[in-house]
Amino acid sequence: MDWLSNNIYAILDNPALKWLLLIMVMVMPLASLLTWAERRQSAMMQDRLGPNRANIGPIKLKGILHFVADAVKMISKEDFIPGSVHRGLFALAPILAIAPVLIAFAIIPFGPTIYPHSYTSTLDVLGLATDPAAKPFADSIRLQVASFDYGLLFYFAVLSIANYGGVVAGWASYNKWALLGGLRSSSQMMSYEVAMGLSLMGCFLLVGSLEPGFIVANGASSQMSGANPLNWLWLWQFPALILFMTAAIAETKRAPFDIPEGEPEIIGYFVEYSGMRWGLFFLAEFIEIVFISAVIATVFFGGWQVPFLDADGFRVGGYVTEINHQWVSTGGWVLKLPHAAVTALQLGAFGLKVILLAWFQLMIRWTLPRFRADQLMNLGWKVLLPCALGWTMLTALFKLCAIYLGWL
Amino acid sequence: MASHAHDDHEPTTTGPKVLATSTVSPKVRTIAVVRPSEQQVSYLAATKAGLGITLKHFAKNLFGRRRTVDQLNKGEHPVPTTAFQKALSVVSPVNDIETIQYPEEKAVYPERFRGLHRLMQRDDGQVRCVACMCCPTVCPAHCITIIPEQSDDNGIEKRPAVFEIDELRCVVCGLCVEACPCDAIRMDSSTHAKPVEERADAVMTKEKLIAVSKENGKNPTSIATQGGVGPNWRERG
Ligand code: SF4
Ligand code: SF4
Repeated sequence: MDWLSNNIYAILDNPALKWLLLIMVMVMPLASLLTWAERRQSAMMQDRLGPNRANIGPIKLKGILHFVADAVKMISKEDFIPGSVHRGLFALAPILAIAPVLIAFAIIPFGPTIYPHSYTSTLDVLGLATDPAAKPFADSIRLQVASFDYGLLFYFAVLSIANYGGVVAGWASYNKWALLGGLRSSSQMMSYEVAMGLSLMGCFLLVGSLEPGFIVANGASSQMSGANPLNWLWLWQFPALILFMTAAIAETKRAPFDIPEGEPEIIGYFVEYSGMRWGLFFLAEFIEIVFISAVIATVFFGGWQVPFLDADGFRVGGYVTEINHQWVSTGGWVLKLPHAAVTALQLGAFGLKVILLAWFQLMIRWTLPRFRADQLMNLGWKVLLPCALGWTMLTALFKLCAIYLGWL
Repeated sequence: MASHAHDDHEPTTTGPKVLATSTVSPKVRTIAVVRPSEQQVSYLAATKAGLGITLKHFAKNLFGRRRTVDQLNKGEHPVPTTAFQKALSVVSPVNDIETIQYPEEKAVYPERFRGLHRLMQRDDGQVRCVACMCCPTVCPAHCITIIPEQSDDNGIEKRPAVFEIDELRCVVCGLCVEACPCDAIRMDSSTHAKPVEERADAVMTKEKLIAVSKENGKNPTSIATQGGVGPNWRERG
């Protein structure tokens, strides 16, 4: 026990544990709830009620338990494997689809850095800035699994592995429709990955970092606090937001970009899958929605930042800055809050942003009809890509001018 | 932008511009499709308009009113009460959710709705069916099984020893009711076949078919004439 209490913070700071907590506490519940939310929300948009009946005895909760029923159904269903499939690849494909998305969550900063020793008191921001190694700031826990310098590049790299999930499933199924679905998915992913990566280049240029934690902490300029909503990138990079969102929705392979699935045409690369194997593909899509919401929240909407909430409380009109090697707080209206309350607010804000963005993605999904394959390619290569390139160049020009004029 | 169109109308001078006509079938033409120029460049405008519509419905159904089954049956719409609902009802006056929560709420079925079969009874409680075999003969689904037997009532010649309808095979055509010469089988119970866990349970036996009347509050007897002299056939001279 002694050893445990001495090392508790080191254990909590373990990346593997943080990742597991993030996946188990936030991602998985949210993704499975989305399976229900999607059906309820689409029903609301179409003047229906949607699934609202699943219950345990009298507990109905407006049908939230449908996701439990779904899970039980898929797990207990027969796991049918057609005789002609390539068994190894067939089994590998669902894992290839779901694992990269889960891994990619490692780069998302889902909360601020926690300083356990000043939990009940207000965090001393000036002290922290002056001497981060001081006693009250020891054993800090960063609520981000891994902060790589190459940050979002890791996301692009890892998520392109997820594309193999569809292709391998299509190939291994030994079914023409599945193969068509796999080919469609690979062509779509390939086209949109380019636009997706390029659309964020402007953000990287402006912030000067690829690391999501850094983007959240500073926003568009280090002159203003990262907690100022005007400093979040949605304002400075609005075209990039639209471009990225379009490309990212295409990456989730959902309507209006669901030609790899195309239920009325080919059913898709998972046509031969049943039971939980199919469930994994299904879940991967929803986890991707959560992930993309998390990325958009992080890059464009200040991540876990609550508007005007600094690490020590609400602060309007002033900021903590370094003047002549001396950290000072430049007045303004300040409301001090204990560190625990600040952390809770910020965690809640991140959750709320993710949920809202996921809701918006579902709105899009149930509003637009499917694109035709040629429209899809036109949109990807002839609209999104040139726009992303142009916007990157504009941002670069802007930054050059800003540096030249001494704004940055 | 060109696309193929096939229609039975004669080509008119005011229609879309015809680019080419098929030599095999002149009705197949290639026409020029004119789309709004914004749509050729970007889908943003259409997306915005579409999102407006779906958002309106979403907000209305999330915070708005719900049409109750009574109102649905009477063809009425709910009256908005809160200020928000009033504002919403200006934007979209009707289109309430019309889903009926079936087992708890039931819509009133039309009078001639064909529900679960029921077997009628005579005034003294005997089954009305005389095992004439008309209904199994006419049944297109061959789902009625009747084994007749001699009736021990001297006034009646035959009665069914076994009368079974396989509700899973029944196509609910109602021909059995039409065929019956003595109003012994009806489909006016206004109810559905019960869900079952085993297929065998979906076969309604004579006892079950007779019980349907009571279960659904229907009069099991009929005023139709039987044996040529009405319900009091025993008092025949
Ligand atoms: S309703 Fe039609 S199918 Fe059903 S038992 Fe009667 S005759 Fe047969
Ligand atoms: S038609 Fe009527 S009387 Fe004849 S067997 Fe059928 S139910 Fe009985």
